[in-house]
Amino acid sequence: MPGQTTAAERLEVVIEIGHLPIRLCVNDPSFIRLLETRYAGFVTSRREARFEFEIEIAPEAFGSADEDVRVQWDSECWRLDRSDFHAEWNPATARGKIRQTANPYSIDSVLRIVHTILLAPTGGFLLHASSAVRNGRSFLFAGVSGSGKTTMARLVPPDAKLLTDEISYVCRRGAQYYAFGTPFVGELARAGENVSAPVAAVYLLAKGAENRIEPMGQGESARALLENILFFAKEPEMVDLVFEAACDFVSCVPVHRLVFKPEADVWELIV
Amino acid sequence: MSGNRYVARGNQLAARMLGDEMMIMSASTSTLFTLNEVAAAIWEAADGATPLDEIVTNQICKQYDVPVDVAMRDAENLVEQLASRGVLVLSDKPLAPSGIAREETR
Repeated sequence: MPGQTTAAERLEVVIEIGHLPIRLCVNDPSFIRLLETRYAGFVTSRREARFEFEIEIAPEAFGSADEDVRVQWDSECWRLDRSDFHAEWNPATARGKIRQTANPYSIDSVLRIVHTILLAPTGGFLLHASSAVRNGRSFLFAGVSGSGKTTMARLVPPDAKLLTDEISYVCRRGAQYYAFGTPFVGELARAGENVSAPVAAVYLLAKGAENRIEPMGQGESARALLENILFFAKEPEMVDLVFEAACDFVSCVPVHRLVFKPEADVWELIV
Repeated sequence: MSGNRYVARGNQLAARMLGDEMMIMSASTSTLFTLNEVAAAIWEAADGATPLDEIVTNQICKQYDVPVDVAMRDAENLVEQLASRGVLVLSDKPLAPSGIAREETR
C-alpha cells in the first residue's frame, strides 16, 4: 500500500552539517522520524552524500551512556565504542556501520566524533562553545560546563542568529575561519540555525560583577582553545593535527577573555 | 655539575612558538607544555650534539646577560624536569636527533 513501510524497507536521511552531507540508513521508520525531527534544519534533500552509515537498531542497551568513548584507528577503519553504541567507519570506502538502541544520543555522539575526525586534517575543529552570527560575523563563547555558554546563547539579541548553544563547528578556508550552525544542542535544547559566517573572535567566558573584555596572549589563547576542542582519537597523528589547528587558529583569530554578568547588555560588547 | 651532558628534543612532540612562549604537545600523551623564552632557547638548541654547558655559555649567557653559574644551575634544573616528562632526552654521550645515544666513532 502506498505510504506503508515494511520492516525490511531501507529508509534514509541525509544530514548536512558544515557543508558535509552524511547519509544515515536504517530500516526502522520510527527511528528515521526521530532523526528527521532531531536534525530538522540540517536534513537535506540532496541525494549525494560524502559518507554513509548503516544503522542497526539493537533491542537492548549495552550499558550506560556515561562511559567514556573509545576512538581507535584499526588498520583501515575507525572504531568508535561506548557502552551504548559500536560503530566502525572506513574513510576509504566512505561507508560505516553503527549499532545502537533507538535513542538520539548515540547517533549524536557518533556524528560529533566523525566530524572531529574529518575536520582535523583541514585545520577545523569542534569547540565547546556557544556561537552566534551578528552583522555577518560569527562570535564564539568558549568554556567548560557552567562557564556561561548557555547563558550567552539565551541572551542572543534579536539581530543575531544562534549557531549553537553547546558545540561550535569551525572550518578553515585558507587563512579564514568560518563557524557553522549545528544541531548539537546543550542545556538550552535549541538547535542552531543552519548558516555560517567568518569567525570574528572567540571569547573565553568568565562570570563577574561587570562586563569587560580582557586581552589574552597567543600562548594563553592556544592553551584555552586546546582545553575546549573536542577530540577523541588518541593517535599521535591526530593529536598533532589538533595542536597545529589550535596554533594556526590563534595566529589568525583574536581570542579574548569575556568577563560578564548574565544580563542582556553583555551583547553590547559583541559587535 | 653537568660534566659533558647532552640534551636532545624528545620524540613525538609538536612545537610552536606563539608570542614569547613555546607550546609543546606530546602526541603520545596529549600533554601540553609551555616554555618561556629562555627555556625555549635551550629546547631549540638541544640537538643532541652540543653539550649543555656549551649551550648555556655560548647562547643563554650571551643572549640574556646571565652569570654562567646561575644560568647553568637553572638550566640543569630545567633539563631534569623536561627529561622527566619526555620533552628532552639527557645523556652523558652525544645523542642522535631522535634521542638515541650515538655509537662513538674513532
